[in-house]
Amino acid sequence: MKILVAYKRVIDSDVRVQVKPDNSGVVSEGVKLSANPFDDIALEEALRLRDKGIATEVIVATIAPADAQPHLRNGLAMGANRAVHVVSDQPVQPLTAARVLLKLVEKEQPDIVLMGKQAIDDDASQTGQMLATLWQRPQATFASQVEIADGKATVVREVDAGLETLEVDLPAVITTDLRLNKPRFIKLPDIMKAKSKPLETIALADLGVASADTLKTTHYAPPAQRSRGVMVKDAAELVAKLKEKGLL
Amino acid sequence: MSKVLIVAEHLDGQLNAATAKCVSAAKALNPEAIDIVVLAADPAAVAAQAAQIEGVSRVLAIANPANQNAIAQVLAPQVAEVAKSYSHVFGPSTTFGKDLMPCVAALLGVAQVSDLMAVDAPYSFKRPMYAGNAIVSVEAPADQILVATVRTASWPAAAQGGNAAVETVSVNAALPNHTRFVKLESGASDRPDLQSARRVVSGGRGVGSEDNFRVIYQLADKLGAAVGASRAAVDAGYVPNDMQVGQTGKIIAPELYIAVGISGAIQHITGIKDAGTIVAINKDPDAPIFEIADIGLVGDLFQILPELIDHS
Repeated sequence: MKILVAYKRVIDSDVRVQVKPDNSGVVSEGVKLSANPFDDIALEEALRLRDKGIATEVIVATIAPADAQPHLRNGLAMGANRAVHVVSDQPVQPLTAARVLLKLVEKEQPDIVLMGKQAIDDDASQTGQMLATLWQRPQATFASQVEIADGKATVVREVDAGLETLEVDLPAVITTDLRLNKPRFIKLPDIMKAKSKPLETIALADLGVASADTLKTTHYAPPAQRSRGVMVKDAAELVAKLKEKGLL
Repeated sequence: MSKVLIVAEHLDGQLNAATAKCVSAAKALNPEAIDIVVLAADPAAVAAQAAQIEGVSRVLAIANPANQNAIAQVLAPQVAEVAKSYSHVFGPSTTFGKDLMPCVAALLGVAQVSDLMAVDAPYSFKRPMYAGNAIVSVEAPADQILVATVRTASWPAAAQGGNAAVETVSVNAALPNHTRFVKLESGASDRPDLQSARRVVSGGRGVGSEDNFRVIYQLADKLGAAVGASRAAVDAGYVPNDMQVGQTGKIIAPELYIAVGISGAIQHITGIKDAGTIVAINKDPDAPIFEIADIGLVGDLFQILPELIDHS
């Protein structure tokens, strides 16, 4: 069984993102970039399925500028067998990303596509669902538990009402939630090994994908700041303040 | 003029309050009509509730045994079919809407605006990115159907008192049978629903254990509040995941939010930024939560909470 992991590079989750003073975007120069945390969880899950003997090959794929090779090497060091880099100078919007991933799916014929439930930069939470739709295959989003047997995946999903279990026929798209697993740490010898693993690059233009990037982001603003609050010394004073505001 | 279709979210015959919030977002477009589509095995009860939301023109009821459970790939072709005669299609930015709406957008071949928080013009919106650290203005093409999920914490629920006509609609769409619902384990409680509660008390890692969370429940019950939690408290197993508040959990906007033993990571603050009044109780005076709290109290929660319960 082959697993394709969509593996996005984003501004690291520990960076406090700042809007540029001219409102044209966020400050990205000199800012630490990392794998989208949800995609790391997706890769970890794929590797665990390979450890269990269910998967035979794990491919990491990204759509990113040419300088994203170290990002894919990181995925290879974590344990992926090979990598596919769709080179694009500009970030693509989710529907375009889904169309690109569909091309890779048609080429690689994976049994499962694993990816994060959302990227922590655009927070869109769309690509996995769109890929499943274009591929006309099942989706199991926000997964916190995945079992594979008999050509089916049984997936526990984190939904607002609690935990929902779905059974889907393979091939399918599964998007990961935070509690699915804890991604492994990369060991130094694996970084060395990753250097010799196959990494294929494809120019986005060569895939023949019609861009669906129709949304224009015209202005970035910092969120409204909350005014500085007050400190109280004990519970009695807190209750008094809340009563003053009419909240109790 | 705009015509808006809203996909109703419901469970066990009850319409979710998020649907009425989508109606408020739709009203901001000043449209000529707002219709709600209800997909269910037997949509009558939910359709009747949807018809009472003020500002709704028509409720479209689609009955199909395949709609017994909300399976995105089953619902999406039906919604996409109905959507073709609308300019805008909205669903709530809940796990239901996030699962379903991108499928609808993909079927229509259009982009989706996620977490719509403000309407500037019929095709111009604001939404948060980077865990709420940037609010971006998005312009969408006016010659395509606009699909969006509506950030429920940004919109009030539209009032009751409407009397929309309910119409039975049949759609001609091939539905897949590759996905089967197995079960839903709900963390149901008697307390108010986290996403619509006026008051919320949340506990974090500082609470220390599942047992210790009792004091959070006691305060919540005294205040008639819902109970939330930080990711740390969920990961530590103190409470179930559906109580998580933050970027990857629920985004809420209660009148009063009391954060107890929560340090205030960016990802948590994203979930509560729009709360009316934020109270932080933490023993660490340098905890980042104090930077956004309206009222802060430094001290031991196990001493403070019993006192609060007594005083309030």
